[in-house]
Order: sequence, then C-alpha cells, then structure tokens
Amino acid sequence: MTKKSPQSPLGAPSRRAFLAASAALSASLFLPKGLKAQDFPTAAVNTTGLAVTDTDVTVGILHSVTGTMAISETGSVQAEKLAIDQINKMGGVLGRQIKFVQEDGASDWPTFAEKARKLLVDDKVASVMGCWTSASRKAVLPVFEQYNGMLYYPTFYEGLEQSPNVIYTGQEATQQIISGIDWVTQNKGAKTFYLLGSDYIWPRTSNKIARKHIEKLGLEVVGEEYYPLGHTTFNSVINKIKLKKPDVIYAIVVGGSNVAFYKQLKAAGIDMTKEKPLLLTISVTEDEIRGIGGENIDGAYACMKYFQSLDNPNNLDFVKSFKDMYGQDMVIGDVTQAAYLGPWLWKAAVEKAGSFDIDKIKAASPGIELATAPEGYVKVHENHHLWSKTRVGHAQPDGQYKVVFETADLVEPNPFPEGYQ
Amino acid sequence: MFADYSWGELLSIFAMQGFAGLILFSVFVLMALGLAIIFGQMGVINMAHGEFMILGAYVTYLVSRLFETYLPSLFGIYFFVAMALAFVVAGALGMLVEWALIRRLYKRPLDTLLATWGLSLILQQIFRSVFGAREVGVTIPQWMMGSLPLTDMIEVPINGLFVMALAMGISLAIYLLMFRSRWGLQVRAVVANRVMADAVGINTGRTDRLTFGIGCGVAGVAGAAFTMIGSTGPTSGQLYIVDTFLVVVFGGAGSLIGTIASAFSISQAQSFLEFFLSGSMAKVLTLLGVVGILMVRPQGLFALKLRK
Repeated sequence: MTKKSPQSPLGAPSRRAFLAASAALSASLFLPKGLKAQDFPTAAVNTTGLAVTDTDVTVGILHSVTGTMAISETGSVQAEKLAIDQINKMGGVLGRQIKFVQEDGASDWPTFAEKARKLLVDDKVASVMGCWTSASRKAVLPVFEQYNGMLYYPTFYEGLEQSPNVIYTGQEATQQIISGIDWVTQNKGAKTFYLLGSDYIWPRTSNKIARKHIEKLGLEVVGEEYYPLGHTTFNSVINKIKLKKPDVIYAIVVGGSNVAFYKQLKAAGIDMTKEKPLLLTISVTEDEIRGIGGENIDGAYACMKYFQSLDNPNNLDFVKSFKDMYGQDMVIGDVTQAAYLGPWLWKAAVEKAGSFDIDKIKAASPGIELATAPEGYVKVHENHHLWSKTRVGHAQPDGQYKVVFETADLVEPNPFPEGYQ
Repeated sequence: MFADYSWGELLSIFAMQGFAGLILFSVFVLMALGLAIIFGQMGVINMAHGEFMILGAYVTYLVSRLFETYLPSLFGIYFFVAMALAFVVAGALGMLVEWALIRRLYKRPLDTLLATWGLSLILQQIFRSVFGAREVGVTIPQWMMGSLPLTDMIEVPINGLFVMALAMGISLAIYLLMFRSRWGLQVRAVVANRVMADAVGINTGRTDRLTFGIGCGVAGVAGAAFTMIGSTGPTSGQLYIVDTFLVVVFGGAGSLIGTIASAFSISQAQSFLEFFLSGSMAKVLTLLGVVGILMVRPQGLFALKLRK
C-alpha cells in the first residue's frame, strides 16, 4: 500500500525545494498546486453559508489551553497550526488560504459545547479540529450533529461511537490493543496479565477488550484494578503486582497519576529493563515521558500507531518542521501526529468533493488516502475512522521509543467490536 | 480473601502493606502540616495550598537544572539545597500574600476560601505561562531512586524512607516551634484570644504573617519532596488539596496531634483496603468512614478545648 495519492504534497524532495522557493513569493501571485480560487467560484463551493470567501476559508481549533487538560492538548494545537501553516504555504485549499479561530475549551466539558456552538453558529467555520478527552467529544457531538459541522478528533479512544460529523484520526480501542497483546504473547511468551488503569471510560473499556482478547487466547488475567484520576500513591497495587508475579503489567494510567505510578514502580525495585515483569502501556506517549522522566520508564513497551522515532521520509520532514516551528527540545507523541492529520484530511476531502459543503465532505471522506502522513500511509474507512498500522515501541532512557514491531498491514478500525463488549 | 496466599506470603503482605501505609502516612503528614498551621491556627481556608506545594516542586526543578548545568559534581546533594530554597521561596510568597490579601479578610473567614481559590487559579496560570502547560521532569539523584531488598518479597523504596524521615523531621521542628519557642507561644495566644493577645502587647499582625509564611514554607518543602513520587505540572497541586483538607478536618482543626493521628488512620485504612479491594473502592470506603466519624464527632478526632 504505497500508492501515492493526488493529494500528496510533500512527496519528492525536488518538489519540496520548489515549494520552499515558491512560498517565498506571494501566495496569491503564485499558486504551486495550480488550484486557483477563481476556478472554484465561492457561490459554487459554498452553498450553505460557511465562512468561505474568494480568498480565504475559516476553520476552528477547539482545545483546552487552560486547565488540567492543557498538558495534553497543547501538542495537538501546535500540530494543527503547523499543518494549516504548511497547507497555506502550498496555496491553501481550493486556492483559499486557511484562517483559524481558536477557542479554549478550558478543560470543562460544557464550555467545549458552548464554544463549539459559537464556532459553528457565529463563526460559521468550515471545519473544526479539536477535543481531546472522550468527555469533551461527547459534549460537543450533539452540537456538531445539530448544526451540521465537521469535527476532526485526534485522540486514541475507547470506540463505541461513529458519527457522520466526526472524523476520528486517532485509533479506536481494538486497533491499539489487540496487536499489542498478540505481540507480547508471541514474542515474549507472556501468559499472565495484570490490568491496571485510571478509573474512567477509556481505561475500563480498553481493559474489557484486552481481557476478552487475553481470555480468547487461552491466557490468564491475574488482576484488574482501577484508581481514581489524580491518584498519587500506588504502593499497594505495586505490592499486589509483586505477589501475583504477572508476566505483563498492562497499564492504562493517565495524567498526573502516570508520573506517580512509574516513579514509584521504579522506586519499589521493579526494573522494567529486565522484562520480568514486562510493562505494556497504551497511555504513555513521548509527551508523557517528559513528565515521567525517561530514566523512570526505561524498558517499558508502548503500543501506539505513531512514535517520533519512526524512520520514514514523511516523519523526518514532520519532526523537523515541528521542531523548527516550536523549538528543538519539543517531543511529538501519538496524538500530536493524529492531530496533524486533521487539516490534511479535511483538505483532501474538500478537494475530492470540490466543495466546502459539509454534506459533500461527509460523502467524500471515506476512501481518502494520505500517503504523506508521518505515520506512513493512512486511509479513511467508511466508519470515519482511519486504517492505520499498530506499532510497539520500547522506551529508551532518553525518553524516545525504539520501534520493535509494526503490523504488516493496515489494521481495520472497528469501533463496535463484536464479541468484545 | 486470605485463602490465595500462603502464611509466608501473608506475613510479607502485612509487612509490605504496613510499610506502604507508613509511606502514605508520611505523604499525608507532609501535605497536611502546612495547612494545619494555616487552617488550624489561623482559621484561613487556604485553597491555594496545593499551588504553594507545586511552587516548591518548581523550585526543585529549577535547582536541579542549575546543578546539572553548573555543578554536576554536586548533583547528588542538590535535593537538600532545593528543599531549603523551596521553604524560603514558598514562605516569602506566603508572607506577601498574607500582607496583600489575607490580613484584610480575618473577620470574614469564609471569604478567604474564595480569595485563596482565586489565588490558586492565578498561580496555576503563572506556572503555565512560565514553565509551559506540560509537566516538567525533575531528575532525582540516582541514590534516592532505588530500593533496599530485605527479602525476596519485601523491598523498601529509598524515596519512601526519605519522605518518612522528612515528615518526622518537620513534625518535630513544628512541634518545637509551636510549643517550645516564643513565637509558638504568641501564635497559641493569638489563636486562643486575639483581642487579649493584642492587649498584652503581642504584635498579632506580625505573628499572623509569620504563621502564614511558615505554613506556606512547609507546603513548599512538601512539594519539593513530592517531586520524587508525583508529577510537577501547573495543576498538579489540585491532586493534593482534597486529601489535605480531609486530613486536617478529620484530625480536628487546630490540633497538630490530631492532624498526625488522622493522617495515620486514613493512610493505614486506605492502604490495607487498597490491597484487598480495588483502588476506587478503597477510596470510597475510606471516605465513608471519615464521613461517618465526622457525623458522630463533628469537631474531628482531637479538638482544642477553648473557652469561647
């Protein structure tokens, strides 16, 4: 699956050099993609009164930049702005420059809904990149369906949802879980698992799927445990793990608890580099490791679709642009990359539909391919999730993951997995 | 629930869980001591307590970066410098806040809740603007991170021992300050009867400022110590505030012994329940127990007997 799509902008280096040179000229004088705004008259491409003019189009960015979720959502905002910036330098979408209106969800779910309404009703944005937690997505979903907006949602999440008004650019649960568990059983001889998570919908649903899959394989779950969000002392569960001696600690701890958990695990003498027990997580990206400290999580495995260390030309470009824009000490996690895909997928959908109309974008989205994605090649499924590969990374002391496994094929998204509920 | 384990394992469980409970106890004591001084002695409901702790954590982060860059040979001991600085910085900010904000509100104790809550939001945003929204990673010296293996089953985390020693040291220091120093005498006099204390020539304004400053300073030291076990981010302070108030209120406002007794009972209950039930259930049962006891004894475990 390496077919280049017509939307592949960053493919060959020669073209990139050409783009860089042309970006120096005024974009309105020189449109490298050849899509000129006058070829797409506004009246024809925008029949529903969205914020589209002859020269530009407005989109919304809706994330928390204040409050407790700002820690996680900052990376997504940065990635989305980077993508918009790059698209604009290439000539924009249908010859129109993208402008954005940024709203702050402030880590508060009703605020997300209110700001989503503002973006759709007052600003008439052509699409929204936003939300991070499932709670915020659930809060804005009725708004997007009522006012017929388009949301590009970046986070890996528990699945069990499919809306025509959302494109889910992160993985749903089965994409992240099943290949990872298969990998530890086949390659590390794992037989017993200890499931651990923060106490809310995503870890619980994910562990449910993990448990079903483990039991299907004829293996054993020796413990399953949840701690309230923000819990900071894990000594008791670490003692339990020591007693049960599982082969694998399957950890879905999030937020500040993450830092506490890994620091205390290390302090309690569980050396993850010995892989006995082995730790597999789906909630720690490079972003989280900055808070945890690379030395405290050295040797753990994570199952994601993207790692900053992926060695392919798309990703090398992406990492370089990201660092050039935001500083050399930046790290990029799975969700940040998924957020970066949002504007590109929207652009591809608009160009395929030849229109900014939401209904036409909805119809055009399934089947869209992005060969320029940093994670490699992705494709939009009928169910509005992405086909993508699953990878296992091995945490290094410098806070990066070394990719030790990747699925041979793209994994089909399956938000309503039968037999796992 | 005991049937799954052998006798030897059960013994280890009790030893390890007892120790886990002691670590939790020390964490609670460290969190609550500063608040016990401010809330217990002065009656100020300091919602910004968590932010003062995180200020200490950020000071630790800055000191660790400084040592990494300029004094790498002394990195192993930077933590002690960081704790001293955390005390000074958090204490100084506390005194400033008392002067600018709190002293105008002594007659309206409930309003201190709103004012300090606002202060906590302001501090969070300042942390976010200065250090970024993401958590920072504080590098802990290698010698503080390992564990001492006692038997195959029992391993004692060194940072746990460190937190325990610190909690004991600070409790002792506070005890000496409160009950063996002139300042402590003045504080207790002001708490007992402010008007009379004023009348006999105690500078109540200065006593209040110093008390608030020391309470905040202790919070700063606690925050510095918690970089070993927890996260350091703009909103991390919020993780501690509920437990902190729980400990102080349960112990009986105004009683340092009560704070320690309450920290001990809550931590041991939680730690043992966590082992035999799930984490969330343990929390629920602990809170239910606390609510039940507070219904019978609204004044908390230990209450100061004062003539009102």
